[in-house]
Amino acid sequence: MRTRARLDRAAFNRVFARSWLALGFAFLYVPIVALVVYSFNDSPVANVWRSFTLKWYVALASDRELLAGLALSLKVALATASASLVLGILAAFALTRYRRFFGRTLFAGMVAAPLVMPEVIIGLSLLLMLVSLQRATEAIFGTGFPERGMLTIWLGHLLLGMAYATVVVRARLRTLNPQLEEAAMDLGARPWQVFWLVTLPMIGQALVSAFLLTFTLSLDDVVLSAFLSGPGATTMPLVIFSRARLGLNPSVNAVATIIIALVAIGVIAASFVLARNERRHAQDMAAANRRTTS
Amino acid sequence: MRTGRGSLGRAAVIGVPFAWLAAFFLLPFLVVAKLSVSEMETTTIKDIVAWKDGAIAFSLQFGNYLQLAQDSLYVRTYLASLEYAAVTTLLCLTIGYPFAYFMARARRTLQPALLMLVMLPFWTSFLLRVYAWKALLTEQGLAANAIEWLGIDRVLAAFGLIPGPGQLMNTPFSLVLGMTYTYLPFMILPLYSNLAKMDLCLLEAASDLGATAWTAFWTVTVPLSGAGIIAGAMLVFIPCVGEYVIPELLGGPQTQMIGRTLWDEFFSNNDWPMACTVAVTMVLLVIVPVAVFSRYQAEVEERRT
Repeated sequence: MRTRARLDRAAFNRVFARSWLALGFAFLYVPIVALVVYSFNDSPVANVWRSFTLKWYVALASDRELLAGLALSLKVALATASASLVLGILAAFALTRYRRFFGRTLFAGMVAAPLVMPEVIIGLSLLLMLVSLQRATEAIFGTGFPERGMLTIWLGHLLLGMAYATVVVRARLRTLNPQLEEAAMDLGARPWQVFWLVTLPMIGQALVSAFLLTFTLSLDDVVLSAFLSGPGATTMPLVIFSRARLGLNPSVNAVATIIIALVAIGVIAASFVLARNERRHAQDMAAANRRTTS
Repeated sequence: MRTGRGSLGRAAVIGVPFAWLAAFFLLPFLVVAKLSVSEMETTTIKDIVAWKDGAIAFSLQFGNYLQLAQDSLYVRTYLASLEYAAVTTLLCLTIGYPFAYFMARARRTLQPALLMLVMLPFWTSFLLRVYAWKALLTEQGLAANAIEWLGIDRVLAAFGLIPGPGQLMNTPFSLVLGMTYTYLPFMILPLYSNLAKMDLCLLEAASDLGATAWTAFWTVTVPLSGAGIIAGAMLVFIPCVGEYVIPELLGGPQTQMIGRTLWDEFFSNNDWPMACTVAVTMVLLVIVPVAVFSRYQAEVEERRT
């Protein structure tokens, strides 16, 4: 009797767990699916389905404002991701390799703060600093620097990107076996040779994900861009945001669908590559083991 | 090995990112702090930072802070922001804890796929996912119809979360729903990584000592996941307090939040010193949670090394 009751409870628990997970995933994904579905909707009321159309996509091709925004966003995102990677690697190395240096606590705090700090504060403070700088240079040299525009947006995105890149790279550096680098040093490699030939190949995967993460972050940012953009420098999220503010807009859905499709393709491709690498690695290890034992 | 060259490399590795953050993160804060105690004479931007003999001319004025403390609108906005953020954090925890728990106890082979499914929304635009709720919650939207069909809107109206049945958009309800939706993965991920590492032998031991599954959960699992709960709560709470995009898209005039106030002071009223004052007060508001969060991070780091 008692085992029967326990079995029933186990079955109930399993069903409960599965439905909780299913409902949770539904909550996470229904809006995304709806976004895609409505992008093909031919109806005067944007959120009521009537019939299938591709007209929003056709309209997109001649949407100058959006396309210009996209071009700027891609440029900023590329610059942000590259620079974030460089600064992120440096910061991650500083934090994992050097346990003690002057101001380490302050440094660690400043690296992590943009992860949680409300973006309105980061945007406002950076803008006011840059404006002060501009006034100062104007007073001294006659021309103000920097102009608000692509450069200032990039500076803002870089703060955020650097924080995320540092987290990703640091997590990977922590799991590295320090003996490999020590071995290279013992064999006479110079520090930069160790970095290029040993460390960098080992953290390559983390660098790729840090690059992609900061790229998408930059491509998506509204608040920092709004503070730091100047006349004529409107990123794609700013265009989308100003339209979304006014109400439902099918062009936004069409853009969303394209982005989601690209992300889905990218993630699926990446997971295939990762799985293949892992399999190859496992095979290599097995082969190495066979060789040592035989 | 540790010759002059090694220490030069060390100085560069530490110095470059340090200097960068000092110049573009720390210094801007000091500028904001300074501006918050300066006064604006006209609404033109040019006059705020006046250059007199090569130095920025400011007059130390705490008038902005006084105005902030005395104006009940500001005070109410601060309290409302904290409240919305707290409710969102609680909702994320209620949904996210069981979710992370069941994920961590799912079949080992299934877990990477589940984890990827939680992270995937991160990669699609946050702005677009918030916008999606607008279509879902506006009249005749999918979620709006479902909520009305289930009669939940009448319950919400009874609690005063929406003005009346059928009016879901631009209410405290739509705002909190949007924030919960956006920040749920931030709660699930730290909880999952914590729960997945738990030693299941402890639960067996508890069961051997006569604890029921329920007692074991509350006295063993939950206390052990404390660090994950704190990390998740901070990752949700702190950004929520200063959230701007979600209240702007899903909230209404009734749901003023502090991030929006800052934005309006800056962009609509052009009152830069006041915007700075709001920013400084907001920093003071979140500095305690940020400190808690970074201490937790440091602890995790210590345990790992």
